[in-house]
Amino acid sequence: MEQFAPVKRAKDGQPIRYLVVDDSVFARKNLARIIGTFGGQVAGEAGDGVTAITEYERIKPDIVLMDITMPQMEGIEAAEKIVVQHPEARIVMVSSVGYQENIVAALQRGARHFVQKPVKPEVLYEVIKYVLGDDATVASAAGAGV
Amino acid sequence: MRMELIQPFINSADAVLAQGLDSQISIGSLSMEEDAYRRKGVAALIYVTGDIEGRVIFDLDSQTAVRVASKFAGTELPESDSLVWETVSELANQVTGNAITALNDQGFHFRVHPPVLHTAEVGSKSSEDTEALVICFETATGNIFMNIALRYNRRRHPEQAAVAGM
Repeated sequence: MEQFAPVKRAKDGQPIRYLVVDDSVFARKNLARIIGTFGGQVAGEAGDGVTAITEYERIKPDIVLMDITMPQMEGIEAAEKIVVQHPEARIVMVSSVGYQENIVAALQRGARHFVQKPVKPEVLYEVIKYVLGDDATVASAAGAGV
Repeated sequence: MRMELIQPFINSADAVLAQGLDSQISIGSLSMEEDAYRRKGVAALIYVTGDIEGRVIFDLDSQTAVRVASKFAGTELPESDSLVWETVSELANQVTGNAITALNDQGFHFRVHPPVLHTAEVGSKSSEDTEALVICFETATGNIFMNIALRYNRRRHPEQAAVAGM
């Protein structure tokens, strides 16, 4: 899998910490593998919206990657509940259902961006950099793996 | 079942499988299933509700499922590994989600339900308003079957019914 120039936290140079939320173990593993190529760290995982909220409170990640269609509580509702409590939360919806109404609903309820499955690593990489903005720095490619 | 409902699923499966398996995909066969659905191996079932209702089943024989899951995992998986089912399930989810996205652009509104493991050997028989179409995708790792049974929901908006009836 392609390696990308590592994205680090600007404030302390540490890896970006991710919370990965998807009811599919396969999807979570796949995202974890992609995150690794960005130099990121999976700080937590959740398989439904309810667990995502408690995990967010526990680990305070830099980024949440959130599926939409999940049992118990769907991703858009979970995103809204997290953002109400933590307006600074950066949540990127990752779903195979990418029609306009879904995207608009997610953005209106607090998500920062949307990526459609199957996830293309180069697309997610650009979205992560965009969402983090000045709170992230991109190390030179030569520094990758150091 | 109208082709306008099926084509987005074929396009979506072609795109998702080609990207995930990194190989050419071709349609080996396409047939209407009149008898009750009979499971071939590892099968994931997704229900769709809304303007169009029904279900989509992704079905792979056990050996193909292991090969596909191993390809996605980047390592050889045993048949008993739960990732085999998880992979089939997520493939079904991605294909259905992408197809629904395309259909939504045509004015249909849906809810896609999370995939469930289809364990029954035999499923329900097709009916007049919910015919099942079986599409076999030939891949380098084996045949992948998509069984689709969808019907228009009679309760949907009148203007959509008019469009569908054209």
